[in-house]
Amino acid sequence: MSALLQATGITIAYRGVRAVHGVSVSVAQGEIASVIGPNGAGKSSLLAGLMGLIPSGGQVLFEGEDISGLPAEARVARGLALVPETRDLFATMSVADNLRLGGYRHRFDTKAGRTRDLDAAYAMFPRLAERRGQLAGLLSGGERQMLAMARALMARPRLLMLDEPSLGLAPLIVRDIFRTVAGLRDQGVSVLLVEQNARAALALSAHASVLEGGRVTLSGPSAMLAADPRVTEMYLGAAPAAMA
Amino acid sequence: MMDLSILLALLQDGVVSGAVYGLLALALVLVFAVTRVILIPVGELVSFTALTYAGLEDGQIPEALPLLLALGALAFLRGALQDRGRSLGSLALQTLVLPAAIAGCAVLIAPLHAGIAVQAGLAIAVVAPMAPLLYRIAFRPLPEASVLVKLIAAVGVHLALTGLGLLCFGPEGARGPAFSDAVLTLGPMILTGQAVWVIFCTTAAMAALWAFFRLSLAGAALRATAINRRGARLVGISPDRSGLLAFWLAGLIAGLSGVLIAPLTTVYYDGGFLIGLKGFVAAIIAGLGSYPLAIAAALVVGVVESLSAFWASDFKEVIVFSVIIPVLLWRSLRHCAVGEEE
Ligand SMILES: Nc1ncnc2c1ncn2[C@@H]1O[C@H](COP(=O)(O)OP(=O)(O)O)[C@@H](O)[C@H]1O
Ligand SMILES: [Mg+2]
Repeated sequence: MSALLQATGITIAYRGVRAVHGVSVSVAQGEIASVIGPNGAGKSSLLAGLMGLIPSGGQVLFEGEDISGLPAEARVARGLALVPETRDLFATMSVADNLRLGGYRHRFDTKAGRTRDLDAAYAMFPRLAERRGQLAGLLSGGERQMLAMARALMARPRLLMLDEPSLGLAPLIVRDIFRTVAGLRDQGVSVLLVEQNARAALALSAHASVLEGGRVTLSGPSAMLAADPRVTEMYLGAAPAAMA
Repeated sequence: MMDLSILLALLQDGVVSGAVYGLLALALVLVFAVTRVILIPVGELVSFTALTYAGLEDGQIPEALPLLLALGALAFLRGALQDRGRSLGSLALQTLVLPAAIAGCAVLIAPLHAGIAVQAGLAIAVVAPMAPLLYRIAFRPLPEASVLVKLIAAVGVHLALTGLGLLCFGPEGARGPAFSDAVLTLGPMILTGQAVWVIFCTTAAMAALWAFFRLSLAGAALRATAINRRGARLVGISPDRSGLLAFWLAGLIAGLSGVLIAPLTTVYYDGGFLIGLKGFVAAIIAGLGSYPLAIAAALVVGVVESLSAFWASDFKEVIVFSVIIPVLLWRSLRHCAVGEEE
């Protein structure tokens, strides 16, 4: 499979202090790739850099084209989407308005096409349909995560980047979210998943990288990483046999 | 002492100027919400439009045309430098071709005495585009700067425009023609046609803005930029283009305000500053955040001004600007000062 996203030598610095040191990641067409690592490893910074939200060094190829210099809004137009850790919803707007704006990229499409996207989003997250008139800022944590994902999907991305989608959510909701992510892959959306919940991330993804201190320390097929003693010890607790 | 008819006349004056301050307050709140710029030079745009409108009554070629063309050329150079030559075509269209086309129309139409409505429209068309040009020249290059740095830039633009206004229009004041000379008598109240026009136009403009923000996707995109800049970028909205649109709207609002105020008072090249400042007082009372609150505050400012002009005309401005002090105190006590979130 050819790489949909190929990032090489990504470096990110905050006021001269490096947070990401020459990281390379790639996501193949139609697969879920994951990045795991401890708090402060640079995972969120890496995604923000890939999305063009913050300046970064290195090269980002998307569908074979160099998009390194483009700002975030132009990368959205190419088919990248990011659901950040902070969700960044439009808190004082309704759920429906948030979704409508999610489809901003397709604002010149026919009305029928945009309505179809909206119906698809509500079908994928029925809870949002019930809450469509409510302000986004008044939603529960799980609903907020659903809305952030649905809003990103309204742009019909080729690659969806998710930053800790399970953070702070109840186990049942986490299960739903990961099911949705698997469903997206089956529909042909590629996913780059960042998680501290390493067990779930490795189970879901085909390839994975371990990011520590701003550097990739391990990478390969997820099944291999799940069996690697360094990973089992650090991220999967003390039950290596169960995962293999 | 004062009787009912005087009180009603004062209230009418207050509501009329308050409506114009309300429009300006909307422009200030909008520009601040989207770009974090406190648009002090909105006042200059008001007086430039008023003076242009007054001059058109005499069939004069608008004196602001050289300024419009010069700002366009400057904006073009600034933009070409910042974007390193990317999308020069659309830049040239907006900064060179559009101002030149407006200037051409103005030269053709001005001597015709084409009527109040056309003259008003032309005055707005000449001055309003200066706002987006100023955005390109002074504010677009500093998108991530602090509110303070942007405020300093805004003060700089205000000072520069005041000087350029003197150069274009000279020191004499002018008064534009009224839209209507009708006078309606309703019991003890004498309603002037101009007052009715002002209230009608400001209400219509506010309704149009409301519809734009609530019903159109472009308006929603502007609100989204104000609510969460990063969220807006993540759905593909360019904050830079939102800023440009906000300045366009502010320019149009300032132009309309200038045309509305021109028949009510003699306007000088630097007179818009005080008018804009009263809109600013209203915007501050609303915490630079709420549109309905800004309009309500502007009406209060207008009425306070008109009443104090009657009782203590020497202290009119002092009283109006003092209105802001208790509000600021209350706000700082409630600790909800305007946030500097980025
Ligand atoms: N806006 C910022 N300004 C300064 N430093 C930052 C900023 N964001 C993140 N950092 C630093 O960069 C490093 C990586 O952070 P982050 O990317 O959030 O890691 P992770 O998502 O893996 O927890 C941390 O040391 C953090 O303190
Ligand atoms: Mg993070």
